[in-house]
Amino acid sequence: MNGQSDLPMAGPPASLDAAPYWQAAREGRLVLPRCTSCNVVIWYPREMCPDCWSRDLEWFEASGDGLVYSYTRNRRGVGAYRAAGTYLLAYVELAEGPRVLTNIVGQGTADIRIGSAVRAVLQPADESALLRFRPA
Amino acid sequence: MSIRRQAFVAGAYEHPGRELPDASLAQIHAEVARGALADAGLEPSDVDAYFCAGDAPGFGGVSLADYLGLRLSYIDTTEAGGASYLCHIGHAAAAIAAGKCRVALVTLGGKPRTGGAPPGGSMADTSAPEAPFETPYGLTPAAMYALAAQRHMYEFGTTSEQLAEIKVTASQHARHNPNAFLPTPVTVEEVLDSPMVSDPLHRLDCCIITDGGGAVVVVSPEIARDLPRRSVAVLGHGEAVKHLDNGRIDLTYTAAAWSGSRAFAEAGVSPHDIDYASIYDSFTITVLLTLEDLGFCEKGKGGEFVADGNLRAPHGRLPFNTDGGGLCNNHPSNRGGMTKVIEAVRQLRGEAAAEVQVPDCQLALAHGTGGSLGSRMGSATLILGREDA
Repeated sequence: MNGQSDLPMAGPPASLDAAPYWQAAREGRLVLPRCTSCNVVIWYPREMCPDCWSRDLEWFEASGDGLVYSYTRNRRGVGAYRAAGTYLLAYVELAEGPRVLTNIVGQGTADIRIGSAVRAVLQPADESALLRFRPA
Repeated sequence: MSIRRQAFVAGAYEHPGRELPDASLAQIHAEVARGALADAGLEPSDVDAYFCAGDAPGFGGVSLADYLGLRLSYIDTTEAGGASYLCHIGHAAAAIAAGKCRVALVTLGGKPRTGGAPPGGSMADTSAPEAPFETPYGLTPAAMYALAAQRHMYEFGTTSEQLAEIKVTASQHARHNPNAFLPTPVTVEEVLDSPMVSDPLHRLDCCIITDGGGAVVVVSPEIARDLPRRSVAVLGHGEAVKHLDNGRIDLTYTAAAWSGSRAFAEAGVSPHDIDYASIYDSFTITVLLTLEDLGFCEKGKGGEFVADGNLRAPHGRLPFNTDGGGLCNNHPSNRGGMTKVIEAVRQLRGEAAAEVQVPDCQLALAHGTGGSLGSRMGSATLILGREDA
């Protein structure tokens, strides 16, 4: 199996309304927004709560722990992923609640199943950062 | 207020081509418009409302109104991917019922096959708020749908063989369609032997990429009454959007759960009343989830339902996609909603291929889901009836 540790490292343009997330991500920390009005954790990070529309948010450091909610081994990447061989696209359910779209990388990806425990890996990339996960 | 029987589909036309390297986008829209108006027995000058979606070039509906020389009192360019055209028909019916227009033209046209536009085009805009959190991870349409298939298999035991039956049935219908892109029947083994794209979806679990398009003309009851051609009554319409739901996304169901119940309620009918169904088939998993969500079987039982011959025309419990669908016939411009409606219209008019015509077809359902089962989608469901039903 090739390509697992060689996934593209192009960082996306950091969204303008989630600065705390991107600042922490560049430092290798997973920081999430929580709505202080209705207490829900928000994904994806933005400046408003999609549940109650409040803009009173706090940003807290997440554990980095998660479980695989679903995954697939994609053999047909496009663009920068065309040369990546077979790679894992997955939804990881964070311990804090949200299900996030990501890749699973590193040692032991062949054993990944739904329910597998994983840990966040934050990689600085260009002007922003990438949130991926490795088997725990 | 209900739109039930307030509008009729009087014209329907599917472009016979599947590879159109020498046609411009506007030409394709014009050709299908010409075909649908001729089918209805109406003139371009009769059109007072126009509907198109993201496949329309340039300034969209305004550019095409210019190219086609339309004079409009109503324009609607609702964009919901492949579901757009079902939205358009529902919107046209409501506009007609409200007296805003009388003859609505809806067109679709594109050339992803010879023009090099891969699926997922309108979702790839990097200015989208979700983009920084999704696009860096190598998502593709097939991989995102595969995530849904994988989760459904995990929760309900759905198998690859069951998914393959959907493609097999569609291929058995396509053999009777002289314009089908893939007219050769396949077996479950052939589907499972086709290259894996993103597990569990094989190549033959995925719809085809074709050029072409289609159009329909929706008219008021008064106009429908005077036309020589059999028209089809719009009985119910429902729409819904499903998205990440603030990180709570559940991959095992689609927006069809909501659009379907709205359409059935407006039409005053139930799933067991439906004689024929055109079910959006971007992938086999799309069909399976949609059948559950529309209420043709219980959630989780879609695999059993499709493997029991229920979808097979003409005598199955719910003959589906008798033109061969997006899996085997046509999925023009990567948007399959128009062709879903067109085959439902054919069935209700008694004009499907003889081998797959549902006997005494009175009620049909057409459903479209645009976008991605793996993230966010727009769905629309139409209930259509024979003119005299």
